[in-house]
Amino acid sequence: MSAQDLAIDAKVQETCFHGRHIQPQIYAGLVSPDGWHLKDYEQREGYQALRRILSEKITPEQVIAEMKSSGLRGRGGAGFPTGLKWSFMPRQFPGQKYLVCNSDEGEPGTFKDRDILRYNPHIVIEGMTIAAYAMGIPVGYNYIHGEIWSTYERFEQAIEEARAAGYLGRNILGSDFSFELHAHHGFGAYICGEETALLESIEGKKGQPRFKPPFPASFGLYGKPTTINNTETFAAVPWIIRNGGPKYLEVGRPNNGGTKIFSMSGDVERPGNYEVPLGTPFAKLLELAGGVRYGRKLKMVIPGGSSMPVLPADIMMATDMDYDSIVKAGSMLGSGAVIVMDETRCAVRSLRNLSHFYFEESCGQCTPCREGTGWLWRIVNRIETGKGTMRDLDELDRIAYNIQGRTICALGDAAAMPVRAFLKHYRDEFAYHVEHKKCLVPA
Amino acid sequence: MSAVPETPPLLSDAARSRIERELAKYPPEQRQSAVMSALAIVQDETGWISPQVIDEVAAYLGMPPIAVYEVASFYTLFNTKPIGRYRLSVCTNLPCALHDGAKAGEYLKERLGIDYGQTTPDGLFTLMESECLGSCGDAPVLLVNNKRMCSFMDNARLDALIAELKEAGR
Repeated sequence: MSAQDLAIDAKVQETCFHGRHIQPQIYAGLVSPDGWHLKDYEQREGYQALRRILSEKITPEQVIAEMKSSGLRGRGGAGFPTGLKWSFMPRQFPGQKYLVCNSDEGEPGTFKDRDILRYNPHIVIEGMTIAAYAMGIPVGYNYIHGEIWSTYERFEQAIEEARAAGYLGRNILGSDFSFELHAHHGFGAYICGEETALLESIEGKKGQPRFKPPFPASFGLYGKPTTINNTETFAAVPWIIRNGGPKYLEVGRPNNGGTKIFSMSGDVERPGNYEVPLGTPFAKLLELAGGVRYGRKLKMVIPGGSSMPVLPADIMMATDMDYDSIVKAGSMLGSGAVIVMDETRCAVRSLRNLSHFYFEESCGQCTPCREGTGWLWRIVNRIETGKGTMRDLDELDRIAYNIQGRTICALGDAAAMPVRAFLKHYRDEFAYHVEHKKCLVPA
Repeated sequence: MSAVPETPPLLSDAARSRIERELAKYPPEQRQSAVMSALAIVQDETGWISPQVIDEVAAYLGMPPIAVYEVASFYTLFNTKPIGRYRLSVCTNLPCALHDGAKAGEYLKERLGIDYGQTTPDGLFTLMESECLGSCGDAPVLLVNNKRMCSFMDNARLDALIAELKEAGR
């Protein structure tokens, strides 16, 4: 019995078939949930980039140069230049090397990779195969969020299709280049989105991040050189090879090349994924998503996934959606998950929800995070339930400060940043809760 | 290797062949890499990861049982205790909570007469509050037994789901 067969799931999933993208590259040509097969992808110029590389004998160095000129920055959250990352791999290394795709999408607000994988899986396979060629890597894994099981199964089917057609496996398209790709599923651990925790998880262990350095490029999966990129990053590769790096850069802004998929969630009329050129104004993005739900007023927005600092409406409405503009506004683009909150939302209650998530998901390895996330949540909960004191406000700031930068991985920062940002912008609301034992916002 | 269990083995032939398929993805000396998929495969058949499952998977993959238990207890989709026939995991993280996800959880609590973490007296449903399912655009969302994602779960659809599962679980 497949989930799709059940009447209850028959409602059309519209998160990316709304036709309201702007110059899409990754979701381009996607019109129905059935168009994910190899033959459909080939009709969307699929595998042409890989064909060209192999038939015209474009060198790995040229591929990496093209990636560098595109200005593509990692779409998983950190925004690191992809071409540069690829150039870190020791090309002449004699032993095994690995390529890993991070599809462990679990940052609250983020659901873009799920739509890429279930509706356009071959674009990821082609992107990974090109990456493997550029770095001389024979084996790859795609680590897929365990909660999206049917998408994991579909990706496995897509791998089979690609293998049968000669796009994967030994001597791809008759060349002397071979690449094997496998899907690996997670099983419910946010921390595995952190790249070294993800590697531990593939090795069959608890997903606890490794201390860096050494970085994965020298000591990765099974201790071998490994490159890890996000799903959307790999999905951007075929377009870049087909059209050239400079053209990709032109689509966005200087240092912010290409399109980005923004997952719009929360208080918007039409939640969903919207692929637009980087640098698109937030106001435009909000309009694409149908504006604020029920015609209410915008209060605040988390522009890059739950870990990123919240920004008030007036700042967001004057901000463009690219890495540099959002940093200038005081937050980060992160994974491109835009969580919209209207005027009826309470800052304290929203933060309590976020803090509970990080408390639950801390892997427990580093003391500041393990103890600190629980401490943060208990204090915010105390304030929300009318038992807080004014001293608690400073205590929150102090604990967040003491977590940030003092843990092996970024989960500690991810727990601390929302606390500090909510306090910075909405301190009055926290104080009101303490003084009046109730919420300022009528919910 | 742990001792041969006195009870009949839990790992069915079907499960073994599915685990073999997973093992083929990894280097031969890295059998441990298949531990998560092996546990997931067995859990689908047995409903939960019992100590006997831990021992058998450990023996099959050549791992110490404690290393298998570490994995089973770290990843939240594994049930290390027996639960109801249908595990309903409702996402209540911020994006879903804003878009009626929290309401869906409250509705299910009332409908099933249980709180989060509890099982209905007939043993049919266990209600869980889940962390992000990566499907925030479909809010409210819930997972049935880890594998089936149910999207846009307003009260009418929740009712239909409960009715369907009650029928199937009879």
